[in-house]
Amino acid sequence: MTVSFDVNGRKVTVDPAARTTLADCLRHDVGMTGTHVGCEHGVCGACTVIVNGEAVRSCLMLAVQADGAKITTIEGIGAGEELSPLQLAFKKHHGLQCGFCTPGMLTTLHALLSQEPDADEERIRDVLSGNICRCTGYIPIIEAAMEAREAYRAKAGES
Amino acid sequence: MKLPTFDYHAPTSLAEAVALLAASEGSARPIAGGQSLMPVMAFRLAQPSALVDLRHVPGLDSIEVLAKEVKIGAMVRWRMIEESRELARVVPVLAAAMEHVAHYQIRNRGTVGGSLAHADPAAEFPALAVACDAVIDVVGSKGARAIKAADLFTGALETCLADDEIITAVRVPVWPKRRRWGFQEFARRRGDFAIAGIVAFYDLDQQGLITQAHIGVFGATDIPRRLPNAEAALNGQEPSEALFETVGDVASGEVNPQSDIHASRDYRRSLVGTLTKRALAQAAK
Repeated sequence: MTVSFDVNGRKVTVDPAARTTLADCLRHDVGMTGTHVGCEHGVCGACTVIVNGEAVRSCLMLAVQADGAKITTIEGIGAGEELSPLQLAFKKHHGLQCGFCTPGMLTTLHALLSQEPDADEERIRDVLSGNICRCTGYIPIIEAAMEAREAYRAKAGES
Repeated sequence: MKLPTFDYHAPTSLAEAVALLAASEGSARPIAGGQSLMPVMAFRLAQPSALVDLRHVPGLDSIEVLAKEVKIGAMVRWRMIEESRELARVVPVLAAAMEHVAHYQIRNRGTVGGSLAHADPAAEFPALAVACDAVIDVVGSKGARAIKAADLFTGALETCLADDEIITAVRVPVWPKRRRWGFQEFARRRGDFAIAGIVAFYDLDQQGLITQAHIGVFGATDIPRRLPNAEAALNGQEPSEALFETVGDVASGEVNPQSDIHASRDYRRSLVGTLTKRALAQAAK
């Protein structure tokens, strides 16, 4: 089943089976292995990607359903080797340890803060309740998100 | 687990979607947001021969506020309800309850029609539809029909829909101004399935007495339903803490929950009473 979508600004045409999730398609057909597959039933949040500006669980979406969509994965958050302000804040606050949940944390927060750069701590905590981390205890992740807001505010001010 | 194999169709009209379902003789399933169906398939609790994706079917994804009712298309996603100012004005409990529906990412994909058709006893929207006396519009090969929300659910994960029927919209009566309402849900972690939940609302007549009391329960019963005894105990009374206490006890006695891995029957029953009291106290604020 031929499907075309835009991944991190690059047009991609793939031929996944109907049952292939967007997560598996991104990893195996597109070669973007930064998207992590954890629970495969929509609970852990590790596979979160941004589809048409909205954070979604890519294990709960079929690749064929993404036909024509604009997708941002963790590979598209920074600029090449250069880390984004959100990624730098994670580094500074030790917002990761093993790193398995990190792509989902970053994509979720990137979608949230792009839309709501003034999100308060309660809102950030509520949104991150959909992402499970077994290392950090979440506190450094919240701290990183709080600090990164400034960069998103500045970006919102430009446009 | 990876999904089982299936055929995939993305019809561009409702008639075509219905025809595909009818031709499969019950082995195909419609898919909207997929936030319930995909996990169910991953667990092999469902193995449809084909999925009929409704994403190209026009006219299912808008919220229309009319004079007496609000019509919410079956493909309207939770995020849209959460952010609709117009909806918050005419039936405020709907938008307010959305923060309890799963998680942020799932609210970006999950749909009204999908939740109703999936009929999870712990889901918020089926209970809201029942409590608000909503009507569900469906279309199948035998034509269109309107089903009262209270008649849609026949058991846990079961509805009265025929295999080739598709939900197209849910129609909710517009609320009178100054209606009092509360929504309370208990889950061990944010976004988890509710162990129990209560939606409650009522109006006050000119003497300040309660009228039109509606109390809906979910999570603690096999289908979402209203609690007529608790409602009767409210109607005609003046709101007070003591009254809400009594009504909570009535509500508690009106459910017969199941024990499961998450909570015992007694715990759920007690929770229904507590949440009813809290929802009524929230309404009275």
